[in-house]
Amino acid sequence: MAYSDKVLDHYENPRNVGSLDKNDPNVGTGMVGAPACGDVMKLMIKVDDNGIIEDAKFKTYGCGSAIASSSLVTEWLKGRTIEQAYAIKNSEIAEELALPPVKIHCSVLAEDAIKAAVSDIKAKQQAAKEAA
Amino acid sequence: MSLNYFDLFGLIPTFDIDLTALEANFRKIQSDNHPDRFVTATASEKLTSMQTATLANEAYQTLKSPGLRGSYLLGLSGIIAVDEKNNQMPADFLMQQMEWREAVEDAENARNISALENLLETIASEAKQLQSGLSNQFKQNKLADATDSTRKLIFMDKVRADIIKVIEKLED
Repeated sequence: MAYSDKVLDHYENPRNVGSLDKNDPNVGTGMVGAPACGDVMKLMIKVDDNGIIEDAKFKTYGCGSAIASSSLVTEWLKGRTIEQAYAIKNSEIAEELALPPVKIHCSVLAEDAIKAAVSDIKAKQQAAKEAA
Repeated sequence: MSLNYFDLFGLIPTFDIDLTALEANFRKIQSDNHPDRFVTATASEKLTSMQTATLANEAYQTLKSPGLRGSYLLGLSGIIAVDEKNNQMPADFLMQQMEWREAVEDAENARNISALENLLETIASEAKQLQSGLSNQFKQNKLADATDSTRKLIFMDKVRADIIKVIEKLED
C-alpha cells in the first residue's frame, strides 16, 4: 500500500518521540491500544498553569500510519489549551495525512490517545485540588 | 445460508477445537480444489473451486490463531470483540505491552537474540494462561469476560509475531 508523502515524512522523521515524567503533576498520560491491529500508543502532555500544552511526546508501536498520526498530533498539541486538544477530531488527522479508508482507525487511535491524556491531566488536577 | 468457518472444516463451533483435525481438513480442501485438478473444467467450476480454496484459507488462518478464533466465535454470538472505534484497554495491560515493546527495541538495537527469545518465552507463557482462561470463559458462557480476553490475546499474538520477525531479521 502506498503511503502519502506526509505519512512517510512523519514515519521517517517522527517528531517528539519519547516520554515525559509521568509523576509530574502537570503531565498527563494517555495510553490506548487497537485490538484490530495490535498497535499500542502512548501520548504524554505537559500543561502549564494556564492549561496550555507546552510539551507533548509520544511512543507508538504500530504501522506507519499510526506513527504518523501520533507524531502529527504532538505537533498540533503544543500551544493549544487542553479543551482545544480534546476537541481534535480523527477526521482532521486523517485528512491532513491523506489516510486511506483502511487506515482511518489509526487516526481514531490518536484521537483516543489525546482524550485519554487530557482526562488523565484533568483527574490529576482534580485530585490535587481536593488534596489542597 | 452460508457455512461458518467451523462448519467448513467439519468442526463444532467451540473455542477448544481439534487443531490436528483443522489442519487435516484444511489440507484436504486445498488439495481437492487445487488448480491442477481443474485444468479441463468449465470456467464456472474453476471459479467455484478457487473461491472455496480462498475461503478455506481465510477460515484456516482465523481458526488457527486463538485470538482471531475467539473473536470469530464471539461474532457468531453477535458480539463484535474487535471494533475499530473501541481502543480502550486496561491501563496495566497496555503498560505491560509498552514495556515488552521497549524491551524488544532495546534487544534489537543490541542485536541480542537470546534476550528476544527469552521475551518470546515469557509472552508465550502469559498468552497460554490467557488462552486457558478464555477457554473456561467460553465454557461458562461468560461472554463479556471472553471478549476482554480475546482482545488481549490479539495483542499478544501481534507482539509475538513482531518479535519473531525481528529475530529472523537479526539471524539473516
